[in-house]
Amino acid sequence: MDLTQSWPERGRSAHGSRTALRRVVLSLLTAVLLALFLLFITLPVVSLFLRISPEAFLSSLTQPVVLDALSLSFVTATVSTVIVVLFGTPLALVNARRDYRGRELVDTLTDLPIVLPPAVAGLALLMAFGRRGVIGQYLDIFGIQIGFTTVAVVMAQVFVASPFYIRQARASFEAVDRLYEDAARTLGASPGTVALRITIPLAWGGLVSGAILSFARALGEFGATIMFAGNFQGKTQTMPLAIYTTMQGDMDAAISLSIILVVISFAVISAVKIVTRRRY
Amino acid sequence: MKTSTRATLVAVCLLMIAGLLVAGCTTTSEVPEETTLTVFTAASLTGAFTDIGEAYEAQDENVKVDFAFDGSQALRTQIEQGANVDIFVSASTKHMKALQDGGFMDNSTVAPFLGNNLALIVPIDNPAGITGLADLNKPGIKLVIGTRDVPFGDYTRQMFEKIAADPAYGPAYKDAVMKNVVSEETAVSSVVPKLALGEADAAIVYKSDVSKDDLAKVTRIEIPAEYNVVATYPLGILAESPGKAEAESFIAFVRGPDGSAILTEYGFDPILA
Repeated sequence: MDLTQSWPERGRSAHGSRTALRRVVLSLLTAVLLALFLLFITLPVVSLFLRISPEAFLSSLTQPVVLDALSLSFVTATVSTVIVVLFGTPLALVNARRDYRGRELVDTLTDLPIVLPPAVAGLALLMAFGRRGVIGQYLDIFGIQIGFTTVAVVMAQVFVASPFYIRQARASFEAVDRLYEDAARTLGASPGTVALRITIPLAWGGLVSGAILSFARALGEFGATIMFAGNFQGKTQTMPLAIYTTMQGDMDAAISLSIILVVISFAVISAVKIVTRRRY
Repeated sequence: MKTSTRATLVAVCLLMIAGLLVAGCTTTSEVPEETTLTVFTAASLTGAFTDIGEAYEAQDENVKVDFAFDGSQALRTQIEQGANVDIFVSASTKHMKALQDGGFMDNSTVAPFLGNNLALIVPIDNPAGITGLADLNKPGIKLVIGTRDVPFGDYTRQMFEKIAADPAYGPAYKDAVMKNVVSEETAVSSVVPKLALGEADAAIVYKSDVSKDDLAKVTRIEIPAEYNVVATYPLGILAESPGKAEAESFIAFVRGPDGSAILTEYGFDPILA
């Protein structure tokens, strides 16, 4: 902010100096508010790093509960992201390019998990895919049970993380100039070729950043997972669940896992910023 | 010019909000005292202590009782991290002892007040056909227990040790049972719903966890006394509680005839003072 820069020119008249004073006070106030808020966000995150010694951090990294949670989280979040991208890309493309009856409804439905509390998501998944759920009871007949399995973890993650990709993908597709698509089409390209060769490459940055955000959300999923998938080390105990569980007995392990999640989240946001900046 | 006026307005508004907040705080402290007691309570006591709290507030209008129900180990962690609490009610002496050793408790007030036992529960339609402990090692059974830190999970492991020590079962029994565990819950309160929904085949919880309403959805199977573990619940006042007198009278109510009646109704065994 360059509020103070205009100060010398206006400093002469009495009126001008009053304005100048007001501006100084204002920029001071802004600075104080900014600093306070930054402190509020940074302090808790930094405190995580201050509450554990490097040795304790490294030694808890070798604990099975930490290692199992790390690998399970990465595998499930990766699988969820792949599923979200596979199903979400066509959906986003259709909703960005086609106008059909009920499009708004589809949009609202796919956005729903963003505002639903994870507890609602967990309960809803139980009601649908639980052993006596609307669909689960038929799966049970064939001996398929989803609850307490890694599949349940992935389903919970897909459910809560998909809007982050779909919203971003749709916005990126809408931002692609139709002129290029029309040009390709007049040159005889099929709709599939247009999508693969023109639309998707032009929207690439947005798609990648959407996928990264969706991955990060899947990594942080807690509520729906613990309700729908249960809590078992190596099978359904992802990093957030392991943090919640170990916090009650082994604080060092909980802090170490939290630090890893903080670092990953920071990296994710930075990656998204870099990817989206490169687009323009 | 215009932007700076608007900015000033914003600043003034912020100051006014801050002022109102300060004023709001001072006025509330002037209102004649209604004491709030914060009671951290083991999750297994959720039903019983909610009722006790209502009964207590009905007889003393100046006291409001706020409960936080969670696994005792989670509550202990919060107290160790500086939570402002008046009374801690633990489902095991272990977590109470840890807080006493850490200087968090007013030691003269800590006393065991309740006994509880473990029970085996199965969904009402009992899909796995479980009739007792002897069925828990059958392959493929989905069993839910507590983590090793939460008291009911700790007691469950103690119970399986006892059973394993019996030559009729042996250590292989315990290994097979632990292999059937599909989820380790952090608070006993999340187990009964999972059984009621039929997600799991069996679970080990406290005898008191099955309420009258739950009996429509789950069946409780008694565990023989020779294997069962008696859970002792202690309670006590925090060293830094600002309302010790109020806390003492609440504890007296819990241990008195009214509190004991409610606790007995929920399946606990009150220990007389």
